[in-house]
Amino acid sequence: MSIISNRLTADQYENNFSDIHPPFETKDAAIVEANRCLFCYDAPCMKSCPTSIDVPKFIKQITTDNVKGSAHTIFSSNIMGAGCSKVCPVEKLCEGACVYNLMDEDPIPIAKLQRYSTEKAMEQKWQLFKRKESTGKKVAIVGAGPAGLSCAHVLSREGIDVTIYEKEKQGGGLMTYGIAAYKVTPQFCKDEVDYILSIGGITVKYEQELGKNISIADLQKNYDAVYMAIGVGLARQLEIPGEHMEGVVDAISFIYEIRNNGFNKVAVGDKVAVIGMGMTAIDAATQAKRLGASEVTMLYRRTQEEMPCTEVELNIAKLDGCEIKWLASPKEVIGADGKATALVVEKMKLGDPDQSGRRSPVSTGETYNLEVDMIIKAAGQTPFQELIEMNGFKNKNGKLEVSDTQTSLTGIFAGGDCVNGGREVVDAVQAGKDGAFEILKFLSV
Amino acid sequence: MANISSNFLGIKSPNPFWLASAPPTDKKINVLRAFEAGWGGVVWKTLGSQVKNVSSRYSAVDYGGHKVMGFNNIELISDRPLAINLKEIEECIKLFPDRAMIVSLMADNTRESWHDIIKKVEDTGAHGFELNFGCPHGMTERGMGAAVGQDPEIAKMVVEWVMEKATIPVITKLTPNVHSVVPTGIAVVEAGTNALSLINTIQSVTGVDLNTLVPNPYVDGKSVFGGYCGPAVKPIALKMLTTIAQNEVTSKVPVSGIGGVSTWKDAVEFMLLGASNVQVCTAAMKHGFRIVEDMCEGLNNWMDEKGFNTLEDFIGKSVEKIVHWEDLDMNYHHIAKINQDKCIHCGLCYIACEDTSHQSINLDFGKPYNTYSIKEEECVGCNLCQLVCPVSDCITMEEHRVAPESINWIEYQKRGLPLNDH
Repeated sequence: MSIISNRLTADQYENNFSDIHPPFETKDAAIVEANRCLFCYDAPCMKSCPTSIDVPKFIKQITTDNVKGSAHTIFSSNIMGAGCSKVCPVEKLCEGACVYNLMDEDPIPIAKLQRYSTEKAMEQKWQLFKRKESTGKKVAIVGAGPAGLSCAHVLSREGIDVTIYEKEKQGGGLMTYGIAAYKVTPQFCKDEVDYILSIGGITVKYEQELGKNISIADLQKNYDAVYMAIGVGLARQLEIPGEHMEGVVDAISFIYEIRNNGFNKVAVGDKVAVIGMGMTAIDAATQAKRLGASEVTMLYRRTQEEMPCTEVELNIAKLDGCEIKWLASPKEVIGADGKATALVVEKMKLGDPDQSGRRSPVSTGETYNLEVDMIIKAAGQTPFQELIEMNGFKNKNGKLEVSDTQTSLTGIFAGGDCVNGGREVVDAVQAGKDGAFEILKFLSV
Repeated sequence: MANISSNFLGIKSPNPFWLASAPPTDKKINVLRAFEAGWGGVVWKTLGSQVKNVSSRYSAVDYGGHKVMGFNNIELISDRPLAINLKEIEECIKLFPDRAMIVSLMADNTRESWHDIIKKVEDTGAHGFELNFGCPHGMTERGMGAAVGQDPEIAKMVVEWVMEKATIPVITKLTPNVHSVVPTGIAVVEAGTNALSLINTIQSVTGVDLNTLVPNPYVDGKSVFGGYCGPAVKPIALKMLTTIAQNEVTSKVPVSGIGGVSTWKDAVEFMLLGASNVQVCTAAMKHGFRIVEDMCEGLNNWMDEKGFNTLEDFIGKSVEKIVHWEDLDMNYHHIAKINQDKCIHCGLCYIACEDTSHQSINLDFGKPYNTYSIKEEECVGCNLCQLVCPVSDCITMEEHRVAPESINWIEYQKRGLPLNDH
């Protein structure tokens, strides 16, 4: 057993990481599905989209050969509509609400249709928005993830000059760095960021990190308003003995490496345990398998009832051959020569409901050993608490407290994961819009 | 099993489904394939004047992802040598003696031309003629086709020439490109035609190509009005058929119904409104001859369910049910009802009623599903909500009579009952 890279051939990598939700091959195929749409009024799909995309309208526009209008409808509500069509858990959002579900019919493939229109717009480089003349107002945004880009786009449309400070080399945030490669490719993420920025009026300064190269004080001094879209970053620690042994990694770093380094350069264990059952846990587990791990076991403290990921996601993991262990909590990492060799797992049972309303897991006292050489921690991420507190923001366990998107510091607004603690890309896009509207009000634009 | 065999003017066929005079009945190879598939009869594509066709010839209207909801053509009558047509007609009759063979005619506008072709066709053993007074393109410019059918006097004259010579039954096919088919219908019945058929195609432009800006169908950068047919024209055909079935002169002769017949259901509707049989073209051109199988089986099953043993048991049964507006019962009232168990919350009923009708549907907002219910006191019973609802039997129209007695418009006015009261 060992953690090694380059386990597979180039063909195997390509096959394992190809698009999990392929697009419509032809216009005719898209139109057949688009024509199934009933064009609901006050549509449940639209109401189930955090960004309220007018789904019936954009689908109708596909049927009338108005793909440009269709893309405009989508991007007006969600400037990352192309990426969201690939990464949204639509089964619990728009497609989950489609009225066809109530007829026991397959829902309209809304995401696939959304991809059809938005990809065409990106390919053709349609500039669907015109920036208003500059108002002379300047806004700084910290973080070029979904919330930051969404905020920037709305502000730029209204003639604000926007500067985004991004600590990574590329924009897109978790879309670029934190999502399974078989959902969005690095190239797509780059194209999407370029497409968003093509409206003009937005300058992105890369490799600029808050607390290192820039400070809140400078931003306040140099800009009329600031939007914090710094996300969450730090993997939640397991707080168990042996956690610091070689072979224990966090999911975000693991996925980041896959996104950044190329598949054959990412080392993966032979027998891998993944802790957690959120979307990130699924992305880590399935990708570990697709990188060539022979056994991947996912552990979750509660049961399938309480799992944060959707059933569709769980099925991806199952179909990839991942083993699922419910009511299983990591207790200790055992190793030899500083390298992990096994995980002691505690069997749990469900007790009384906790604050979240979910029944909390309680130890049964029984344990068993799982032989592993790699442990990927995907038990959630924690906010940048130190950074937040250092700058004097009111916060709750590191999550920024806001009132109408404004933080406790006047003129500094915030949204996305750094406020909500970590949700979907689509939630961050909406947060960015909300922030932009409040900033425009604040600036009296 | 019901008996679906048909007897039209003594012309027998195993079922009431004939192929209309059109490209599918242009040649022996097509007609034999049709007979093998089970068609009861054919009306051979129009013989007569010498013509030359162009390319292209057809265009269509698609709707909601369905192809060929409406179809049009600019093809002329048969462009094959007469002798070959006559020889093939004779061969088809010999190979399938139990099927109806009608031959469509459109001779030049002289008595001699008509007499000449009638003689030649009768020699093939054909069972009847259909006079093409309906073709709306190409031939009209030469004073033929619809140009004849649009003028009752000319139509009457030509029918008289035909009846002087013909010894087999004559069906006159009417054009719909008139404000009413009845005047020509009366004229040709009075001239002695044995039967009528309707409708021929309707003059149309199916659309314009938005790239080239040339209307369809395309002929080297130009187009012409074409004859429209297919499912889109069925309601117009049924209306014209009814006017013929209700007129005291034209109702004396049998009618062969034509215009968008695609299924057994369409055929039954034509027959309920007075057609003795039906002719089909577009549906066969879209799907091939095999559609006749379900037409026969569906008709048979429907007749069994309704207890009809022969076609005559139901032909014309709905004719009397279409009346003048003033004969309708003013006290009849029905109100929509939404079955909440079946409702899928699409809101289509609501927005149709709210935007374009009588604001008679309540909306209770929900996330993500709204609840819709009928405001009974506001509902005028227009049917719009039921028509747009995508779920079968979710919205039903429930009878709520204003009063038990029936009262028509004339009586209503006589009694000075309230008007403009909604």
